Amino acid sequence: MTYIAKPKLHHPQLATNTLGYTRRDYEGTVSTLCAGCGHDSISAAIIQACFDLDLPPHRIAKLSGIGCSSKTPTYFLGASHGFNTVHGRMPSVLTGANLANRDLIYLGVSGDGDSASIGLGQFAHAIRRGVNMVYVVANNGVYGLTKGQFSATADRDSASKTGAINKDSAIDMVSLALQLGATYVARSFSGDKEQLVPLLRGALSHEGAAFIDCLSPCVAFNNHAGSTKGFDFIREHNAAVNQLDVMEPRAPITASYPPGALETIEQHDGSVLRLRKLEQDYDAGDRLSAMTYLQERAAQGEIVTGLLYLDQKARDLHENLGTIATPLNSLGDAELCPGREALERLNASLR
Amino acid sequence: MPLERINDFVVRFANVNGSGSASANTLFGKSILRMGVPVATRNVFPSNIQGLPTWYEVRVSEAGYLGSRGGVDLMVAMNPQTWDKDIASIEPGGYLFYDSTRAIPHDRFRDDITVLGLPLTEFCAREYANPRSRQLFKNIIYVGALAALLDIELAAVEKLIGEQFKGKDKLIEPNIQALHMGAKLAHEHFACPIGLRVRRADKIGDRIVIEGNSAAALGAVFGGATVCAWYPITPSTSVAEAFQRWSKRFRVDPVTGKNRYAIVQAEDELASIGMVVGAGWNGARAFTSTSGPGISLMQEFLGLAYFAEIPAVIMNVQRGGPSTGLPTRTQQADLLSCAYASHGDTRHVLLLPEDPHECFVFGAQSFDLADRLQTPVFVMLDLDIGMNERLCNPLPWDDTRRLDRGKVMTAEELEAGKDFGRYLDVDGDGIAYRTYPGTHPTRGSYFTRGTTKDSRARYSEEGKDYIENMDRLMRKWDTAKTLVPAPILRPAKTPTDLGVIYYGSTGPSMDEAADLLEARGIHVDRLRVRAFPFPAEVMDFIHAHERVFVVEQNRDGQLRMLLINEGEINPAKLIKTVHYDGSAITARFIVDSIARAVAAPGRHLAA
Repeated sequence: MTYIAKPKLHHPQLATNTLGYTRRDYEGTVSTLCAGCGHDSISAAIIQACFDLDLPPHRIAKLSGIGCSSKTPTYFLGASHGFNTVHGRMPSVLTGANLANRDLIYLGVSGDGDSASIGLGQFAHAIRRGVNMVYVVANNGVYGLTKGQFSATADRDSASKTGAINKDSAIDMVSLALQLGATYVARSFSGDKEQLVPLLRGALSHEGAAFIDCLSPCVAFNNHAGSTKGFDFIREHNAAVNQLDVMEPRAPITASYPPGALETIEQHDGSVLRLRKLEQDYDAGDRLSAMTYLQERAAQGEIVTGLLYLDQKARDLHENLGTIATPLNSLGDAELCPGREALERLNASLR
Repeated sequence: MPLERINDFVVRFANVNGSGSASANTLFGKSILRMGVPVATRNVFPSNIQGLPTWYEVRVSEAGYLGSRGGVDLMVAMNPQTWDKDIASIEPGGYLFYDSTRAIPHDRFRDDITVLGLPLTEFCAREYANPRSRQLFKNIIYVGALAALLDIELAAVEKLIGEQFKGKDKLIEPNIQALHMGAKLAHEHFACPIGLRVRRADKIGDRIVIEGNSAAALGAVFGGATVCAWYPITPSTSVAEAFQRWSKRFRVDPVTGKNRYAIVQAEDELASIGMVVGAGWNGARAFTSTSGPGISLMQEFLGLAYFAEIPAVIMNVQRGGPSTGLPTRTQQADLLSCAYASHGDTRHVLLLPEDPHECFVFGAQSFDLADRLQTPVFVMLDLDIGMNERLCNPLPWDDTRRLDRGKVMTAEELEAGKDFGRYLDVDGDGIAYRTYPGTHPTRGSYFTRGTTKDSRARYSEEGKDYIENMDRLMRKWDTAKTLVPAPILRPAKTPTDLGVIYYGSTGPSMDEAADLLEARGIHVDRLRVRAFPFPAEVMDFIHAHERVFVVEQNRDGQLRMLLINEGEINPAKLIKTVHYDGSAITARFIVDSIARAVAAPGRHLAA
């Protein structure tokens, strides 16, 4: 037996969302990751975000590559179709799936090995095409399933569990995503549910390429002294620039904030993002200054988290390709096949 | 003796790439077609945009032989770089047409051919002020001269010029003028026509002229493909480009002006096949076009698509390998790399079209097969049929035909309580039901993975589950044998124990070779294989003959290897007959190979 189903029983008073689903309806099978793995917290945050947004689970397609992170789609959204693809190649499969049916929500889950090493090319190209998706990288700096080799996001001079020192420069996925034209870019920490869940909600309601780099410590191979991806290190160096909340359209703002500390941004789908600024100078609407800010803070050893960039006028791949509103996978014979008469005319023109 | 032939000769143009000769040469070939005489044209071109040698071959054959014949009866030598080789390729008694503006030493000609020199460059320099006009009109002028020499009706050429420049009307008159100047020039210098002549006939019927790549792309449109992901690679690039062109014509929603298709030029072949797999998983008909190196890059995904059972169509326009090999020449050398693509035990459906007509038919059918069998299907074109305009039967379509989406469970069926297990063999044909993502709120969802799973798509590393799955895939393979296009048998006029198996672009040359062999008293039954897996008739044919020649265009005899492997055939019984220099196989080559083998003494086979 290599999978474990969760028991169906649950508390009768479990809260339901407006669709009548409980949080349990967004769960999957029991996780087979190590106890305490950061990735399980990301799964829990995804479940919470989808429940909060009242998303019908079957209207979400979850796709992943290969690795610990890519195993997680089994552990959430059991009523959704899922696809555990090929190492580093989830972005292309997700792109194709999105082309086939633009009406579903596409959630791509990947890891730092999957997206920053073997799949760096596909990551880059899916982002630059503006595929309408939520792309989450569970970033722990190591290859977990093969037991602790450095990944391409491991920081230079950080130490592996066996004491080896990484001499290569780290790839910063957030900087890449910004440069490549992602229209929603965030970084978070699996240990900070308060920050991560709203960021996921914002990303799920974003109509464009949304990317979340989620630091997610590997308790088995990268949570020791000398690591820069462990729980303690991240907590000590985490510098959140803002705190996001997502609201329904026209929902009243109940909490009170000091003037200038609150920014509201309306997205394409009408949802309103309410951004509480922690760094007064940080402007999440300015790609250039975001990139500069990130570089400056990284040089000081800080890990900047929060909603780092949002383009309200995001365009997606379908818009660029001019595809019709009807999902391509639902077109029938009459809409697809030109028929015999058209072919006869064509034959005549080829004589 | 100069050759005397009517409607049966080969003209070869030797040009410099990028000199604008292609359209003039095409005009020449088409004008003969318009006179009702079958013509087969072949472009032989280098991996280069400008400057290297290129050839264009026009085979005129009233008998309708469309394969490459071999040898040249009239050489139009317009490229000094290849002069010696071009002169050497002329048949004894043949003709040489060349630009005599610059004197060429006598020893670089041959005594056994008729030499026809016209000072074309000098003439054009006199007639045209602009250097580009000189170059372009020189091409039309030689077409005019050739028309006079070969007795081609100028009216037929004029009509084609009119069609070619439709919409750019001011170009028509100067081109027609150049054409007549060329004809006049030829009449002034030579006794026209020469021994090679075109005579009006009525041998075309309702046949059309189209490139295989274009026809395959059109097949994809008719077959309901909506997603095309591709990466540029010769000789397959024009498949995707044609799909774009046909889609713009046939697939734009008349009300909204929006596209009922999506084409993505991917970052590489891994991404193209990844997108095809993603779209296929999500219920759209999707394909990629590529060539050998692309197939190599797609291997991992092809294994996933086979094992996870996802429809995908791969149009592989084959060229010479391995590696970059002969990138602009033709071969049938990817059979093995496609048939068993990927790691682990895999096998894939291959369709083997003979000409553009079949490229269209198989192009459309491949999507039905992929959906029905839930697996990758390869349409195996090659450069010879893919990138050359070929005379073929008109493209057929039956309006009562419906796209076969295969076994897809609907929301209504799920709602009604129909049992769904993604890999459950409910019908015994090895094919299970699938659901499209997003079908039903609580039923029919499943997880797709390349890892082993049980019949209900649950992750499993159990040996029993693995074997059950792998064995079911073999049952599906057996089902495929009954669905793919059957082979076509052409029996000899006289009973014989000699058989020939061939496929794809070898067809026309093999048909011609069979006639030539028969004239020599060698009778062969022919079987044109059109798909892998092999339907039962293929092995029946082998068993019914004592010796079977397997004629193909690769070094190792890849179809022969597949036959030996799949049918457990005694290798000695299948005689490897292979042509692999990158040029299209010729009837002469086939005849020589078979006649030699038949004549070889001491050949004995165990029963």
